[in-house]
Amino acid sequence: MKNLWTQIKSYPSAVAGLAMILLLVVLAVYAVVTIPYDQAVALWKGGDNVWLETPRNARPAWFNFFYREKKPVTIVRRTTDEDATKTNIDLGGGVILSDMVLEFDFNYDDFPTELAIFFTSKYQAARPNVTVNWVTPDGREIPLGEMTIRASESFRVSQDSRLVRRLGGRNPEVGLFADPDNPSKPLKGTYRLVVEGLMFEEDSDVDASLVVYGQLHGLAGTDHLRRDIMVALLWGAPVALAFGLVAAVGSSIATMTLAAASVWFGGWVDWLIRRINEIVMILPLLPILIMVGLFYSRSIWVVLGVVILLGIFGSSILTYRSMFLQVKQSGYIEAARAYGAGSGRIIFRYMIPKILPVLIPGFVTQVPSFVFLEATLSVLGLGDPVLPTWGKLLHDAQNNGALFNGHFYWVLEPAILLVIAGFGFAMLGFALDRIFNPRLRGL
Amino acid sequence: MLNIGTTQAAPAAARSRIRDSVSRVFKYTAVRGITLLVTVVIAVYLTILIANGGGYVDEMRKGQIREQVALEMSSNPEMALLTIQQRRELENSLVESRIKRAGLDRPFFVRSFEYLWDGLTLNLGRAEYLVSDSGSRQVRNILGERLAPTLLLMASGQLLLFFSGMSIALFLSRRYGSLLDRIVIALAPTSTAPAWFYGIFLILIFAGLLGWLPFSGMIDAPPPQGFLPRTLSILKHMILPVGALIVSSIFPMAYSWRTFFLIYSSEDYVEMAKAKGLSDRQIERRYVLRPTLPTIVTSFALTLITLWVGAIVLETVFAWPGIGRLTQQAINMFDTPVIVATTVIYAYLLALTLFLLDIIYSLVDPRVKLGGGGTRS
Repeated sequence: MKNLWTQIKSYPSAVAGLAMILLLVVLAVYAVVTIPYDQAVALWKGGDNVWLETPRNARPAWFNFFYREKKPVTIVRRTTDEDATKTNIDLGGGVILSDMVLEFDFNYDDFPTELAIFFTSKYQAARPNVTVNWVTPDGREIPLGEMTIRASESFRVSQDSRLVRRLGGRNPEVGLFADPDNPSKPLKGTYRLVVEGLMFEEDSDVDASLVVYGQLHGLAGTDHLRRDIMVALLWGAPVALAFGLVAAVGSSIATMTLAAASVWFGGWVDWLIRRINEIVMILPLLPILIMVGLFYSRSIWVVLGVVILLGIFGSSILTYRSMFLQVKQSGYIEAARAYGAGSGRIIFRYMIPKILPVLIPGFVTQVPSFVFLEATLSVLGLGDPVLPTWGKLLHDAQNNGALFNGHFYWVLEPAILLVIAGFGFAMLGFALDRIFNPRLRGL
Repeated sequence: MLNIGTTQAAPAAARSRIRDSVSRVFKYTAVRGITLLVTVVIAVYLTILIANGGGYVDEMRKGQIREQVALEMSSNPEMALLTIQQRRELENSLVESRIKRAGLDRPFFVRSFEYLWDGLTLNLGRAEYLVSDSGSRQVRNILGERLAPTLLLMASGQLLLFFSGMSIALFLSRRYGSLLDRIVIALAPTSTAPAWFYGIFLILIFAGLLGWLPFSGMIDAPPPQGFLPRTLSILKHMILPVGALIVSSIFPMAYSWRTFFLIYSSEDYVEMAKAKGLSDRQIERRYVLRPTLPTIVTSFALTLITLWVGAIVLETVFAWPGIGRLTQQAINMFDTPVIVATTVIYAYLLALTLFLLDIIYSLVDPRVKLGGGGTRS
């Protein structure tokens, strides 16, 4: 073992490959620990109220580091926050006036993408009434509107056509922020949203939250459904590793057993296995997988089973076969036969362990092809229905014209992780091949 | 050398030898052809089994019958006289009798062979949702329209791959151990990613950032008039997908072929040729390239298998209007007849490519060509 490590260290590409694999393992463990499976599935499914406060198609926040003109990130202010000012005044006769002020600093050089206010309220029968005013840093006051609200109400300021008309045809997220002297730039400073709530019951209450959607979000950005891409990037790691490793180990061991049996029994078994191999090798694998995915189940585990089943045959069975042919002639096999060992015992205890070293580089180099197979199926729209994976990110990006619309981050992030997974295993496998194979010459 | 000697000595013997080798080539290709045909039959049968395991083929046929009956009844004015109850009974009995007539009540084992024949002849009736550009809903017409672009893309990609791989490998074997050689070895792991993956990067660089080449598609919209502008437009659209195909397999291919060349150029007869004073080019052509070709053709066949599989997604990524994109569209629309048909056509295309390579193999492999040594393998 120690010997192996010193040998690996002498190949720089193997060390780099190992580092890449280690990075993925760390990522995978982090993902599974911080976002449990159920939560990841729920987050990726989205639905109402999951991704309410994230912008659509936002680039990663660290892009600001490279921009001379800083793009806004999302700002969220709630009246339930500690620093928010909210005063309820009892006007008598069951009428309560609630004064709420949401304050935020806006120091960016570009406009936000959207503006929304979400209200929550408590009442028995009489619905509260709210008046919303926008106060710019230079003191201008712009009324946004007045409305009667239900228990949960969202006011998409950006989609208010009357407000657009009042702002002179400009979208609210531009009009409300524009500098009066230089309308193409936003005015920097402290903005205030003043909400005045009128409640007509004793126990009534109103809360508001303001979301100024930015152009940038989080470490990885968001997709067309406002989902944080980071969730899929993180969860893609354990899925890819599990799929690739299980498929590679499963099909390698099955292939090896079959090759050993083919050699040991010889005769018609050997003939049959070789003929089946010839046929399966040129079966159109992907179309068959597509049909299985389409007609039976898209679950990644069903696909994994079929992949292993079809992966048993292939050119590697011939390689293993030629090795086993040599092993079969060795003296110790003769000895095993002499003491009366059964076929199963000889295959599993004597033949397979002898060539196991060659399995290791072989299966390490096979891992990435399975990782990419999962991505390929996902890109075709046959990814796992619930799990977020890298391939599904690419699929969404592809379907929404990410490259055409310039959302490069959406494609590049999963692609780079796929490259790391692919090259990590491939580089390690190539080096292991060179380390292990000289030993095989002593067969 | 043996060959040359006998031709000069005895023309009659040479003629019989040629006849012999022609018959051997023929026999070899015939055996391979039959094997490949059996594979196609098995692949199609498997397709039918998988598709019908969920009852989809039966469902597809029954659905078509039901649709037809409903259509006929709704266009028949006499039906308006019947009550809803009577109409429903009539419809059910009509559907049942037609199902019987189509043989759908027979056991699946019997029917599966019928489906197999339909599949092999691509007689798959009408698509459920997809329509060909000319407006036909016959699966065969839809496929026919998409076949040419796929063949154009894959054939040019594969040919270019073969010849560029060959010349790079030869070049590297001459400069064994040079910087370029080591770069190609270092890039060998690139084969782990499929062609479509490199396609995304190529689109990003050459279409997104630089804007030199189109993002996707096969021809400009609207298509230019005249033969030359049209060809140029198609060529322009082909650069990126063909480039992706080549990038995905050229490095490991050049690496392994260069290794074959190196192995064969250390043989004794090459040393002998060098001693005789033959030029490098002559040695390469006669003593290195010639014995390596069979190995190269075999390894190229394995590369092609992966290339064909990857074609589906490659066409999807590049919106290339071929069979692969058709497959993806059929998946999105859940168009069963088209999906079954594309699987069948991929089995055919793969088998055909390998068959062509087998013919080439039998032509370049002296063991297949020359008499007595044929059984040596």
